[in-house]
Amino acid sequence: MIPASFDYHRPSDLEGVLALLKEHGDDARVIAGGHSLIPMMKLRMAEVPQLIDLQAIESLKGYSVNGSHVKIGAMVTQHELINSDELAAVAPILRETSLQIADPQVRYMGTVGGNVANGDPGNDMPGLMQCLDATLHLIGPNGTREVAAREYYEAAYVTAREEDEVLTAISFEAPKGGYAYEKQKRKIGDYATAAAAVTIQKDGGKVASASIAMTNLSDTPVWSEAAGNALVGTTCDAGAIKVAVAAMLDDIDPTEDNRGPVAFKKHVAGIILTRAITRAWERA
Amino acid sequence: MSKKMHINLTVNGEHHEFLAEPRELLIYTLRERLNITGPHIGCETSHCGACTVTLNGKSVKACTMFIAQADGAEITTIEGIGSPDNLHVLQRSFREHHGLQCGYCTPGMITRASKLLEENPNPTEEEVRFGMAGNMCRCTGYQNIVKSILAAASEMNAAKEAAE
Ligand SMILES: Cc1cc2nc3c(=O)[nH]c(=O)nc-3n(C[C@H](O)[C@H](O)[C@H](O)COP(=O)(O)OP(=O)(O)OC[C@H]3O[C@@H](n4cnc5c(N)ncnc54)[C@H](O)[C@@H]3O)c2cc1C
Ligand code: FES
Ligand code: FES
Repeated sequence: MIPASFDYHRPSDLEGVLALLKEHGDDARVIAGGHSLIPMMKLRMAEVPQLIDLQAIESLKGYSVNGSHVKIGAMVTQHELINSDELAAVAPILRETSLQIADPQVRYMGTVGGNVANGDPGNDMPGLMQCLDATLHLIGPNGTREVAAREYYEAAYVTAREEDEVLTAISFEAPKGGYAYEKQKRKIGDYATAAAAVTIQKDGGKVASASIAMTNLSDTPVWSEAAGNALVGTTCDAGAIKVAVAAMLDDIDPTEDNRGPVAFKKHVAGIILTRAITRAWERA
Repeated sequence: MSKKMHINLTVNGEHHEFLAEPRELLIYTLRERLNITGPHIGCETSHCGACTVTLNGKSVKACTMFIAQADGAEITTIEGIGSPDNLHVLQRSFREHHGLQCGYCTPGMITRASKLLEENPNPTEEEVRFGMAGNMCRCTGYQNIVKSILAAASEMNAAKEAAE
């Protein structure tokens, strides 16, 4: 399990990172917590001749909460997300999701930026960020730009980020109303067989708006607009949830792997989404 | 082969300086270079936690960190937690409550548990199980590991109260 050799860089600011990316082109890649990248390098499924460590870059750390506007630096770890009472107060779905990722040791290292930037369909944060309609902040040789989480994922490990761009932060408006992140996994520390992120706003006993995203059921996370819309105007009764689940099943495209055949994954997706909607509605 | 790097590391209070390839995994640095063999290699794939050390205040799987990333870090391994003549409360508790059988997972278990109790000195059984979820044991069935950690927590809390 020894990876191919590489040169290591630990720049202290973003200019340094961008300069290294420019100098080394395709040979260079950034490393955040390393808990997706190092396993791939050990298996020699990723070769990175020039490794650029982001650990010393202060501007990627920390988060801010201004009213309902939340902005999280790319290097904030899942452990920090769980332990921030401020974030849990304004957007408790962050803690609920993070607690279902991996195990304690992985969460001390794994960053929100690495989780979101990576493009692994198994990662839990991308679906969450699509559900929240989050904005990803990128910086590259031509300056900064923003990409909606719902536009970012193109295929497994293929995203809207150019190779010479770095994700600096993720921002979103804290969701109002009820929320839930529900995940089925084979064991603790496992990626999802199926997972669902749901937010629901209630008005006069009915669903005013709903947002639904699914994890690990296609080669990208899936924000199912149709599933959310199916709930609007209903009392979130069993019939309405069935319609939403059917709409979601039309939007996902799971493949068979060691987590099970397609029919099983669809079955689990339906159960998980039903639970997530039910919990979000109870909290709405 | 890439250029070797000058590495600085403090392990269990002792400072080490050496040249290493950046790709060297921390677990090999500890075990083979520094002869600190408490942290074990169980899976080598980030799953079992046998290699757990405390690095800059975090519980970390040493098989999933390049030595280059750890340059400048402060590390505690099981060797820094207690010694045969002066066992840590957790070590005594694992012995008393039969928290180990073959012992392979134990250094990682105790290193992780020490961090868990530092962050949460009075955990419930559920919190212990959740906080220890990154450490696997193929022998005990976990029951006695949880018992050992809970007993150590009460003992440490009682000692703290007595001191106050
Ligand atoms: C045993 C185990 C179980 C796990 N289980 C889960 C799970 O259940 N759910 C889950 O979501 N994840 C899981 N993970 C993955 C873990 O959460 C990762 O740490 C995380 O997905 C990636 O974050 P990282 O900081 O480690 O990124 P890294 O591994 O450092 O990087 C991942 C990729 O993103 C790129 N990258 C990182 N940061 C940036 C940035 N700022 N800008 C641009 N590109 C960047 C890197 O170049 C690399 O290609 C698991 C990992 C392990 C080892
Ligand atoms: S050897 Fe590191 S997690 Fe198993
Ligand atoms: S005591 Fe044997 S693996 Fe835990």
